[in-house]
Amino acid sequence: MPDTVPGSLRAYLHGLPGVDEVGVGRRAADLATRSIKTTAKRSAIDLAISMVDLTTLEGADTPGKVRALAAKAVRPDPADPTAPSVAALCVYPDMVAVAAEALKGSGVGLASVATGFPAGRTSLEVKLADTSAAVAAGATEIDMVIDRGAFLAGDYRKVFDEITAVKEQCGPAHLKVILETGELVTHDNVRRASWLALHAGADFIKTSTGKVAPAATLPVTLIMLEAVRDYRAATGRQVGVKPAGGIRTTKDAIRYLVLVKEIAGDDWLDPAWFRLGASTLLNDLLMQRTKLATGHYGGPDYYTID
Amino acid sequence: MEIFEYAPAPESRAIVSIRPSYDLFIDGEFVESKSDERLVTVNPADEEPLAEVAVADDADVDRAFAAARRAFEQVWSRLPGAERGKYLFRIARVIQERARELAVLESLDNGKPIKETRDVDLPLAAAHFFYYAGWADKLAHAGLGTRPLGVAAQVIPWNFPLLMLAWKVAPALATGNTVVLKPAETTPLTALAFAEICQEAGLPPGVVNIVTGAGATGRAVVAHPGADKVAFTGSTEVGREIARAVAGTDKRVTLELGGKGANIVYDDAAIDQAVEGIVTGIFFNQGHVCCAGSRLLVQESIADELLARLRARIERLRLGDPLDKNTDIGAVNSAAQLARIRELAAAGQAEGATGWSPACPLPERGYWFPPTVFTGVTQAHRIAREEIFGPVLSVLTFRTPEEAVAKANNTPYGLSAGVWTEKGSLMLWTASRLRAGVVWSNTFNVFDPASPFGGYKESGYGREGGRHGLEAYLD
Repeated sequence: MPDTVPGSLRAYLHGLPGVDEVGVGRRAADLATRSIKTTAKRSAIDLAISMVDLTTLEGADTPGKVRALAAKAVRPDPADPTAPSVAALCVYPDMVAVAAEALKGSGVGLASVATGFPAGRTSLEVKLADTSAAVAAGATEIDMVIDRGAFLAGDYRKVFDEITAVKEQCGPAHLKVILETGELVTHDNVRRASWLALHAGADFIKTSTGKVAPAATLPVTLIMLEAVRDYRAATGRQVGVKPAGGIRTTKDAIRYLVLVKEIAGDDWLDPAWFRLGASTLLNDLLMQRTKLATGHYGGPDYYTID
Repeated sequence: MEIFEYAPAPESRAIVSIRPSYDLFIDGEFVESKSDERLVTVNPADEEPLAEVAVADDADVDRAFAAARRAFEQVWSRLPGAERGKYLFRIARVIQERARELAVLESLDNGKPIKETRDVDLPLAAAHFFYYAGWADKLAHAGLGTRPLGVAAQVIPWNFPLLMLAWKVAPALATGNTVVLKPAETTPLTALAFAEICQEAGLPPGVVNIVTGAGATGRAVVAHPGADKVAFTGSTEVGREIARAVAGTDKRVTLELGGKGANIVYDDAAIDQAVEGIVTGIFFNQGHVCCAGSRLLVQESIADELLARLRARIERLRLGDPLDKNTDIGAVNSAAQLARIRELAAAGQAEGATGWSPACPLPERGYWFPPTVFTGVTQAHRIAREEIFGPVLSVLTFRTPEEAVAKANNTPYGLSAGVWTEKGSLMLWTASRLRAGVVWSNTFNVFDPASPFGGYKESGYGREGGRHGLEAYLD
């Protein structure tokens, strides 16, 4: 449920403390030097796998492709059943029914992008219909996009109201709000958009669609983690964070986990509160996982291409 | 699923081979001291001895100055600047090539975390040599004269052993001077490794001479009649002694001494980055930093929120094995320094300030002090006035910009300050009124060889770094 924002939204959001770009960059770079080895690496890899939102968002997606990816989401490494399942499969709304069928009984979540993903340049009616169709078809999570045009024009109320309307439409499904930080550009905007989405009732705030460069970055994710940390301290409600796009290697993924641990804290080190939106990342995680267990790398042909 | 905790990630010490015993480096060679006295340098993280080092007596210091004078007159001052530059570039490259080894050695001898030696001390030390190598053939364009002074007597502290050596040696050599350098008694090992680097770079004998020892050796070096110039970094107390020793002589002097830097946080600051800056300001290098931001001046209207965030941040600092790549806070350098920190922290408590430290187990062996924040500090407290040189922050509040500046300047020191505000005009207003050699704007403890560094008042005189740093070595 949306909570009350005191005074005007504009006064509130512009009253948030600023973000110093250089300082955030330094902090993120410093945390990226953490050295995660041996047992720490093993637990980080399994945690990262369990946090992946395995994603396919292409015009060329077909039922066959979605089924293949669903199988991989449930059992990422056919050769090693101890590898955990991913958190969710993430598809376009018209693929939700196929995915729901393929994932039935697996415990893997089903996320659907909605609200005119990725640009969001459509009417509220269409966005709401898009959302309810995805939920009706079996989506347990909705990844919506905010109206970046309205945000940049300073029409914060419109952005806020759209989020609350979509949230209402979600019913039991969890709502992830995509800020598309690559289009918001400044770190001050990222902080304001984060707090706007938090107050509007987001269950997760997500960096990017993956269709705009830059997608997820460490500094932007750091700012969003600070926002959810401070929001919980202020309101008692915990909200998740999902960086998406551009996270391709195990090393990248572990850097995000370090960020979660040191900025938001251990409470967020759980698939319920942190996700990694990615596709190719999973194979690298599996490859590194096998390397740690056996001492050698299997070639790429030992991991499935879907 | 296992909980994600960082496993130990120690940097290997196998890359360093420490000799059991070191001699003096005079005239391009390691030579035995005339005295029988030796000192033992220990690893402050576990109190294990690392090596035995010669203690230079007056005769040794004489030999070093004779070698430096000979090298100055016969070789170094006669070389074209471009040739001197080549040696400096070579030294810089060898430092880079041996960076990992030197970083481990520095962490072992000093106690500072490998993360800092690897990412700060070593890159900056190499950068200083590169920077001044570039000046060597361009002195005519610096507008400061082109004649070297002669032989420089240089005494450096234990907090950044190799980096302070670079700050001293690089500009002296670039300008055509030769050097007799005395490293600190608790951290001589990287200076002795640097002596090997001089050999490796083929530096002519006598251009750099390194004499190890304690206070008596240092006094002999700065008082030596063969010194044309004295450069010292260390405590204000010793700085005064040096100023007295050279008074009435024609020696030139630069002193880089203590500080009690103010870190001013206005109510509109980028609060999370300000918290980072406060942490960097006082806990970087265990607070063993002359320009540390040891006094936090926070605007009263945001003090409670800022301090809550600061405490939460400090809770996350990782104290322990300096060689662990995830360690943020290492060991205090010596038993003597630990005693000084303890004494001042006790004085803070006794005078009515409130100390706080995170729940942070300290290793059983070695010299350790937890990160500590004192609130309720007033200008009258010793911990607001005296340099602690440890991980101890004194927090004071202010109401208006005028009060912030007045309190920041109300100290016998004047080395560094930091200002945190998102408002440009307030930043400039404040910075222009602070009597400090370095003022950092929305950051803290950032260094660059191109930027001059030095103090006002009891923080010393002269500047090191940048074009200004050449002036101290040219006539």
